[in-house]
Amino acid sequence: MNDTLSQFSVLSLYSAMAIYAIAFILFTFDLARGAGREANAAAASDSIVQATGDGSIATLTRVKPDAATQPRGRGRLARIAMAMTWLGFLFQLAATVLRGVAASRVPWANMYEFAMTGTLIITLVFLIVNLKWDLAFVGAFSTGLVLLLLGLAATRYYVEVVPLPPALQSYWLVIHVFVATLGTGFFALGFALSLTQLLQTRREYRAVESKPTRLGWLKRLPDSAQLENYAYRLIIIGFIFWTFTLIAGAVWAEKAWGRYWGWDTKEVWTFIIWTLYAGYIHARSTRGWRGTRSAVLAMVGFGAVMFNFTIVNIYFKGLHVYSGLK
Amino acid sequence: MSRPSDHIDPGQAAPAEEVRGVRLGVVGWLRWAWRQITSMRTALILLLLLAIAAIPGSIVPQRSSDPNGVTQYFADNADLAPWLDRFQLFDVYTSAWFSAIYLLLFISLVGCVIPRAKHHWDALRGAPPATPQNLNRLPAHLSASMPGTSPAEVIAAAERILRRDRYRVRRYDTSERLTVSAERGYLRETGNLVFHVALVGVLIAVGFGGGFGFTGQRVVVEGQAFTNSLISYDTFSPGRFFSATDLTPFSITLDKFTTLYEERNVNAVGQPIDYTADVTTEVRGSDPIKQVIKVNDPLRIGGADVYLLGNGYAPAVTVRDPAGNVVYQEMVPFLPQDRNLTSVGVVKLPDGLSKQVGLIGFFYPTVSAGHSGAFFSMYPDLLDPLVTFNVYVGDLGLNDGVPRSVYALDTSKLTKLTGTKTDLPSLELRPGETAQLPNGMGSVSLDSVKRFASLDVHRDPTQGWVLAFALAAVAGLLTSLFIPRRRVWISARATSGGTVVEYAALARGDDPTLSEALTRIATAHGSDLGLVRE
Ligand code: HEM
Repeated sequence: MNDTLSQFSVLSLYSAMAIYAIAFILFTFDLARGAGREANAAAASDSIVQATGDGSIATLTRVKPDAATQPRGRGRLARIAMAMTWLGFLFQLAATVLRGVAASRVPWANMYEFAMTGTLIITLVFLIVNLKWDLAFVGAFSTGLVLLLLGLAATRYYVEVVPLPPALQSYWLVIHVFVATLGTGFFALGFALSLTQLLQTRREYRAVESKPTRLGWLKRLPDSAQLENYAYRLIIIGFIFWTFTLIAGAVWAEKAWGRYWGWDTKEVWTFIIWTLYAGYIHARSTRGWRGTRSAVLAMVGFGAVMFNFTIVNIYFKGLHVYSGLK
Repeated sequence: MSRPSDHIDPGQAAPAEEVRGVRLGVVGWLRWAWRQITSMRTALILLLLLAIAAIPGSIVPQRSSDPNGVTQYFADNADLAPWLDRFQLFDVYTSAWFSAIYLLLFISLVGCVIPRAKHHWDALRGAPPATPQNLNRLPAHLSASMPGTSPAEVIAAAERILRRDRYRVRRYDTSERLTVSAERGYLRETGNLVFHVALVGVLIAVGFGGGFGFTGQRVVVEGQAFTNSLISYDTFSPGRFFSATDLTPFSITLDKFTTLYEERNVNAVGQPIDYTADVTTEVRGSDPIKQVIKVNDPLRIGGADVYLLGNGYAPAVTVRDPAGNVVYQEMVPFLPQDRNLTSVGVVKLPDGLSKQVGLIGFFYPTVSAGHSGAFFSMYPDLLDPLVTFNVYVGDLGLNDGVPRSVYALDTSKLTKLTGTKTDLPSLELRPGETAQLPNGMGSVSLDSVKRFASLDVHRDPTQGWVLAFALAAVAGLLTSLFIPRRRVWISARATSGGTVVEYAALARGDDPTLSEALTRIATAHGSDLGLVRE
């Protein structure tokens, strides 16, 4: 019975991966096509001059339009790609839930399951944020990263369903690990936006100097300042979750190992990531660091998150030997 | 200056760099140095340094968390290890350089927070700042003309609207225009200060916590009791300010230790599913209570916490001399070596027999023999237990004053009599069996096999404080990241037949919805005045 369930879970996961792959290709084409199109955004920005409710004020003139609210149409390709991502998400959700049911516990107790739930959350954060802002342009990154991690998980980290060892039998597993994956989801998008921001900054410089650039496809995207704002909003949410992960981890460590902090490898890396992002937040308010340098920090931060998730889990020695790999 | 000199807000143009090359006196230099230490850039760089400095501790084994790993590292890298040791790389988190970084960071933090707190205190009690001359230079700006209104009536409405939105307001009127200046979101700065101060709190609580507490380990076999006193611990490490009178007198008896292993799932047969220690506890002066200790579920007793960190088997061994007198009778904890709990233990017999005898025992809870005939354990539970003993005679080395581990036998001055590379096979015993020692020295019996639990007892009187400060930090973080701090100015100037109103706003810190907020205020203001669009 449980075997059948976990087989369905694997099947569903493979379907999700196939669908993500299509979404990834569509997102990539959509980005590439952007090069041909001219920015149609400028026209839109004037339309908000009078956008104040019932217009009860006689004359309102806005002197500095705010770039934040530029409505930008989503191309057809991007719309299909978004729909595919939703579909893939549903399949992956089914895969994850089935795995959890097969194991009769939360589906995040070994590497394979972390990867499955973690990428599910990355996709969910991407989809939800897109309901609010149009960030379809990071779709190629988001689906690409998810595909890569799932591929790695399915081929390298797969383990059969086994019961939890006593050390993991705690509701803190539910809380601590779930919040960590939530944080990771936000950091992932923050990374993609910071990367786009760096490229956009480069394109803007080239444009000012009237030099040719191969980054023309970025014209359609928000300007670098706007990208930076998006990245910042997402990363501070991720940072809150990460802070909570750190504290919840310490509380759990106190219960399970008898001390709340012992500089175990995984603890060290959680701390490093937290410190890097604290640095990022400071950089945003430091003269000379806002912009490019803070974006680089955001990217280094996510690099550390990925390092922690893969290399540290598998190759580093410590108390957190829960990859489930032998 | 409230904020560090190199702090910038979004939308704010960077101020010009300071003039360099001016000659400074001693005080000038000190002031300059202090400003450097408390600058945003220094804080940032120290944070990044801290992140980098933490890395080696995750690569090189640390004495605090993995002492055996360090020993092994010295054995494997005999050339490199002393060099790493010289740079304190086996004690990264207490090393001089790591401490230097975080201490500097916290000096910078305190130096940064104090002036900000003072400034914020003044701001909390003071009035919003005067209205700037040119409102249209601010990041968000709107204007409207309102025919048929008077500036006085318009500005009164503006004040009302802003107050309703919980802005703190102040009028700055001049002969040519009436203005109101408003500010809200003071909580943002409060939260930020709470966050930074709470970090200092965490550091101090962590620093002191280790000092007043202690940690001790003790192995308890089923049926045995352990009392909370210095001598009954196997190992004990007190904090710097610890005194033995801090040990509350209590006792813990291990009545029963139960393990549960997976039996059905073919992918995980033999994997532990549950460990339960049934204990009877007694705090002096009160009745004994039956309690349970589990992994992830420590026992809180007498101001200390008792954790179940390990377990294994303790064969009950009796040794008799040739006349049949008991010379040794103990439950000997054997240390587990693998998943199926093949375990190793040591019996030392300094007196009572004709020579000093040492036994190295191997225990197999469910014994099986491989192709070569060597035993191994194929399941961790007690299905078919067997103990084998290798017998050594000679000098146990107990008299030279060097402390010896009860789990290890120093065989350098001993002769091996049974087992591999000797003429005799090792002794094999199942529960209830007796075997003769070589040369008629006596006999060894395996009476029964019990389980032991290894308990860690900790006391850390400040860990509640650490948690409280950490939670305060989160609360501060949430307020400071998500409550917008805004200044809004509204000015009303009379024109022929009416009033021209200007609205302007400035954010302090990140504020993505500044212009929307200003538009909302303007709209509300219009409808409050009952104005209809022509
Ligand atoms: C242990 C060291 C530190 C850590 C972990 C840390 C962390 C943070 C975090 C997470 C924030 C964003 C949340 C908030 O606004 O409250 C922040 C903001 C801030 N920190 Fe720190 N900080 C540290 C030290 C310092 C120091 C030494 C300074 C002074 C130079 C400083 C000045 C500031 C300022 C001015 C802000 C507000 C930035 C803004 O305008 O948004 N911090 N810090």
